[in-house]
Amino acid sequence: MFRNVAELVALAESKQVKIAEIMIQQEIEVTGLTREQIIEKMDRNLTVMEQAIERGLKGVQSFSGLTGGDAVLLQNYIKSGKALTGHILLDAVSKAVATNEVNAAMGTICATPTAGSAGVVPGTLFAVKEKLNPTRMEMIEFLFTSAAFGFVVANNASISGAAGGCQAEVGSASGMAAAAIVELAGGTPAQSAEAMAITLKNMLGLVCDPVAGLVEVPCVKRNAMGASNAMTAADMALAGIKSKIPCDEVINAMFLIGQSMPSTLKETAEGGLAATPTGKRLAKEIFG
Amino acid sequence: MKYRSAFDIIGPVMIGPSSSHTAGAARIGRVARTLFGRQPKKAIISLYGSFAKTYKGHGTDVAIVGGLLDFDTFDERIPQALTLAKEVGMDVQFVVENLVTDHPNTVRIRLYDENNELDVVGISIGGGSIEITELNSFKLKLSGEYPAILVVHQDRYGAISGVTNILAKYQLNIGHMEVSRKEKGNMAMMVIEVDQKIEDNVIKEIESLPNITQTIRMVE
Repeated sequence: MFRNVAELVALAESKQVKIAEIMIQQEIEVTGLTREQIIEKMDRNLTVMEQAIERGLKGVQSFSGLTGGDAVLLQNYIKSGKALTGHILLDAVSKAVATNEVNAAMGTICATPTAGSAGVVPGTLFAVKEKLNPTRMEMIEFLFTSAAFGFVVANNASISGAAGGCQAEVGSASGMAAAAIVELAGGTPAQSAEAMAITLKNMLGLVCDPVAGLVEVPCVKRNAMGASNAMTAADMALAGIKSKIPCDEVINAMFLIGQSMPSTLKETAEGGLAATPTGKRLAKEIFG
Repeated sequence: MKYRSAFDIIGPVMIGPSSSHTAGAARIGRVARTLFGRQPKKAIISLYGSFAKTYKGHGTDVAIVGGLLDFDTFDERIPQALTLAKEVGMDVQFVVENLVTDHPNTVRIRLYDENNELDVVGISIGGGSIEITELNSFKLKLSGEYPAILVVHQDRYGAISGVTNILAKYQLNIGHMEVSRKEKGNMAMMVIEVDQKIEDNVIKEIESLPNITQTIRMVE
């Protein structure tokens, strides 16, 4: 069993397999399920992700009225041809938003690694799909590679906003996505680790300050930025850029930052954006 | 290692918006329903801590009631659970408690019908995982990290060894086990955590033993 990213990369390199394969083998070992059962289970998760994106791109509204419809606005903007950034980047952002809007509207999603950060991994996957044309199996592997990096973060730091702030939720999701994009694009296991490190470094300190305590504001837009962060870091790693601070040390830094973060900034809705005049007004409007 | 499976990271498939406030809440409700054994007629749901503060916006209320209607975390009927509860004749009451509990996401569920009564306390520990900490005033301590079953049985000679023999036969290694009873010879309970997944046939075999009333999978 791998305990950290260094061991994960070393295992993939020594066996000359993808990181996804290391995760699949470990899953077989831990659960006693067959390879086919494990692949099938992840295949079902992938289908849920695909359906959530489709639903979000048609437009949804949350019960509170705080979020919904932004994924549609972005898709229309992409189609207008006026977008300044690249098509795939904005497509990833819109699909991440779509997923998280569905989540906020109490739709069906796959927690990746949590519900509040469920948009980043599928958003980036279904955006790069158009350029890289992966097989269904390669898309399933994308999720196992994401899982492998998320597994390390969950066991050595945290993937919960209440425990570590939003850096632990959207930050982890973005790092997981970046690593998986690199692998799908043909990068090495070491480059996946660099992408994860670069992404997470740039989301350190991100607080969890949901307005009215709801998984909506700023969560939906943080999924958007997480997706664009992941795409950029993946391209940087594929270009050969390295993180000066190794991935495992970045994860540990994230853990320590989470520990020293005051509880007002860890999902309590007592600080940050939740404590702004508008944040408080919205909370009052929704809950009275 | 706290997390063991890739599906702890990619999953569960669930109704939004929060893995701990919605998916975990639904799971606690469903375990309570399973322990009750059938559709209850009345449910009094006491919410503590963060559950008490944000339950409406997170759908914790509908998720728990969805669980009481035997819905899984991904059941699309969860948002309509309160209406559906009325349709099946289950009276639901919510009580917002001010008491500070050990865990911020704590709920006590009391279930009733003409023949039965059940009192369950559950906590939602994150990512959709849950723990049951109390059952009919039996204190339980279940980590939620390993596959676990709860065996309700009559306090008789051999009841415990009967269960552990079956686990040994299927090479399931017990990591933690608790046995408790209210008084000698009456209803008793075993909570068993194992290192491997417990297949359905193992549970069926345990249930066929004498003096075993019920076997429930607590953690997959």
